[in-house]
Parts: sequence; structure tokens; C-alpha cells
Amino acid sequence: MTAVPLPYRVLDNRPETADTHTIVLRPVGTALPPFSPGQFAMVYAFGVGEIPVSVAGTHHGDLTHTIRGVGAVSRALCAARPGTRVGVRGPFGTGWDLEAAVGRDLLVVAGGLGLAPLRPLVRAAASQPRDHGRLNVLIGARTPGDLLYREEWQDWGRPYCQVTVDQPAPGWRGRVGVVTALLDQAAFAPHRTTAFVCGPEVMIRATARALLHRGVPARHIRVSLERNMHCATGHCGHCQLGPLLLCRDGPVVGYDRAEPLLAVREL
Amino acid sequence: MTRAGVLAALPEGPRERLMAVGRETSFEAGTRIFEEGGRADRFWVIHTGNVNLDVHVPGRHPAVIETLGPGRMLGWSWLCPPHEWHLGAEATSLVRAWEFEAAEVLDLCQDDPELDHALLSYVVGVIGSRLRAARTRLLDLYGPYGSGSAG
Repeated sequence: MTAVPLPYRVLDNRPETADTHTIVLRPVGTALPPFSPGQFAMVYAFGVGEIPVSVAGTHHGDLTHTIRGVGAVSRALCAARPGTRVGVRGPFGTGWDLEAAVGRDLLVVAGGLGLAPLRPLVRAAASQPRDHGRLNVLIGARTPGDLLYREEWQDWGRPYCQVTVDQPAPGWRGRVGVVTALLDQAAFAPHRTTAFVCGPEVMIRATARALLHRGVPARHIRVSLERNMHCATGHCGHCQLGPLLLCRDGPVVGYDRAEPLLAVREL
Repeated sequence: MTRAGVLAALPEGPRERLMAVGRETSFEAGTRIFEEGGRADRFWVIHTGNVNLDVHVPGRHPAVIETLGPGRMLGWSWLCPPHEWHLGAEATSLVRAWEFEAAEVLDLCQDDPELDHALLSYVVGVIGSRLRAARTRLLDLYGPYGSGSAG
């Protein structure tokens, strides 16, 4: 981890959806230490600003980030052409901790852009099928046009993958409805399942409740929370959620810790 | 037969009495199972396959509201007046299901308070979960600003 951004250059930039791009960054000199799935980086668009971005993939020091252009910095990063230099700090935060789920069924539930930080987890789990039980990947999105990494789903190979959208477009032949409805068709043994959930917090809460109802222990429901991260080192307090500083104690936490915090209106 | 959804939710006795009046049926992919405004005189419990619930939009393809899969109950309009389907339903794959005649089930419930209570509780739960899902989707959670702008 470094407090000073290291220079990276944009190696590739491809649009994922109408407002979301996936960029690949390659270190100009020294690479940052390896990122674990679920951790995030602070990516600096020079002259514009810095934002936290989850890591959607790593490969020999290259970092892949999927970014939705909703603010000045994210729009600048989405528009960055190959060759553009950016600054990167990291790795920050807690990861999904796939190692702690060895021997267990894996249930990955992603809503919208929440699939981005789960992508490296799915790839890691799919590449080590003997380490785990069944792998289920459940994906929800607003529309078919908002689905990420569609061309990769086949490569993920082994997982049971189900997709649903809120608003179908003409020609959509998949499912329509909330992502929690997909749980009914996923095959997993609740007491020996570890769930990994990322998406909007309302979706996280609904999914976690549905999983608790099915008997998945709260500590085995890993959720990724998002707050206003600035320093990423646990000093500035912008990302505080009750007793947690999410840049340091999160973003991935067990639902046994997250549940009481998400129920407090003022946090 | 897989016991899922309503069949798993009912206690054994009521479940067996309900199943005694059910019959197996199937629908090919693309079959319109019922149409909006039609007489709601039966319901189904999906065993395999998926069914889209949709709303008729004049001059356009029906707008799909929700997909129901295995274990889910298809149709609850039979339970309360005006006993008309408020949505349409279409099989999107080969669907195998248990079909129940509403009149027969209601007759059965009249003489069987245990089944009546268990079935009604289940259907209310189904309606509640679909209402929650609809409200959640109204929030447009996956939009660029999630469920709303920052305070």
C-alpha cells in the first residue's frame, strides 16, 4: 500500500454499457502490491480528482476497473484513451476472503455494477473448482443493456449462472424480476454456504434477509458496502459506518456486523 | 414430484388433501396460459420451466412484469373478486405444472379449515412478496444514483 499515487497508463478502454467503461491499467514503473478480490484502489485522474474504484480484475500487475461515469472523475476515467496516465493507490480494504470459504458452496449475488468487484472472485472460484462446493452466480440488472461482462459468462464455465432484469427490452428472452427471486432455483446447502453479495444497499439487505431465512448464517454472508471514501487509510473518517471505517474495516464485512449498522437510520 | 413453494409450505395433511384435487399439466414454450381480463378459475404450481407475467400494451408486445420459475404459484386472482386475471401469462420454456380448479379448491377449503388457513396464508405471502418486489423495482436501485440522490 502506498500513500502516493503510482503512475499507471491506460492500456485498454472498452465500453461495457451506455455509461460504464472497463479500463485496464498497466504500471509505468513499479507496480502496486497484489490486490485481492474485493479490495479497491484510489484512482487519480490528474487535474480532476481521485475516486475509490473496486478491482474488477488483475493480471501480472495490470489492474482492471469497471467504472460508471456519474461524476467529474469517473467521467474523466471513462473517457481516458489508451496511453493516458493516471495515478493509483492501493490495495485498500478487506477482500472477499475466498480462502475462508474452502469446502463450502459459494453463492455470488450481484446487482448492477456490483458485479465488478465480484468478477475476480468468480474467476478465482471457477478456476479452482476442487476447493469449493457448488458455485452459483446470480445477477440482477436494470435492463439487458446494463448487464456487464456478458461475453465472459461462458468462460466462467462451471457456475450455475442466472440473470434477471428489472426492465426487459424487446427481444429479451431471460428472466424479469428482482435478483432475490433467483435464489429459489440456485442449488446450495444453506448451512455450508458462503454468500458474497454486492449491489445497492437495499438489494444487499433484501438478499441477506432472504439468505438468513433460508438458513445461511449471517457471518457467512459477506457483503460489500460503499461509503464516501477519501483517504482510504482510515484517518479522515469520511467512510465511517458506526464503529467501522469502511476503507479499512471494509468494504467487505460479514452481515453479522453489517446488519445492525444498516438498520440505523442516521448512519 | 418436487415439493417446492406452496407444496413445501403447506403442512402434510392439507398438502395431501390439496394434491388430491390437482392434476399434472404442461405448456409448450410460447403458449399463452391466460389473458388479462379472462376468468380466473384456476391456478398452477410450476414444477419445471418458466412463465412470464405480462401486461397488454395496445399496439406493442406485452410488457413483461415478472418471471415465475419452479415452485412458484401461478395465479392468485381466483381467490378474490372479480375473479379475473389482472395480468397475462406465457410459458417461455416447456412448463410442467400442477393445475388446480379454483371452485374445487374453494369447496375443499369450506369443509377443511386447516387447509383453508394454510392455503390462504400462503397466497397472502405470495401477494406480499410480489408487492415488495414491485416496490423495490420502483426504486430503480440499479440506476446511476441508486435509490435516490444523496441527502
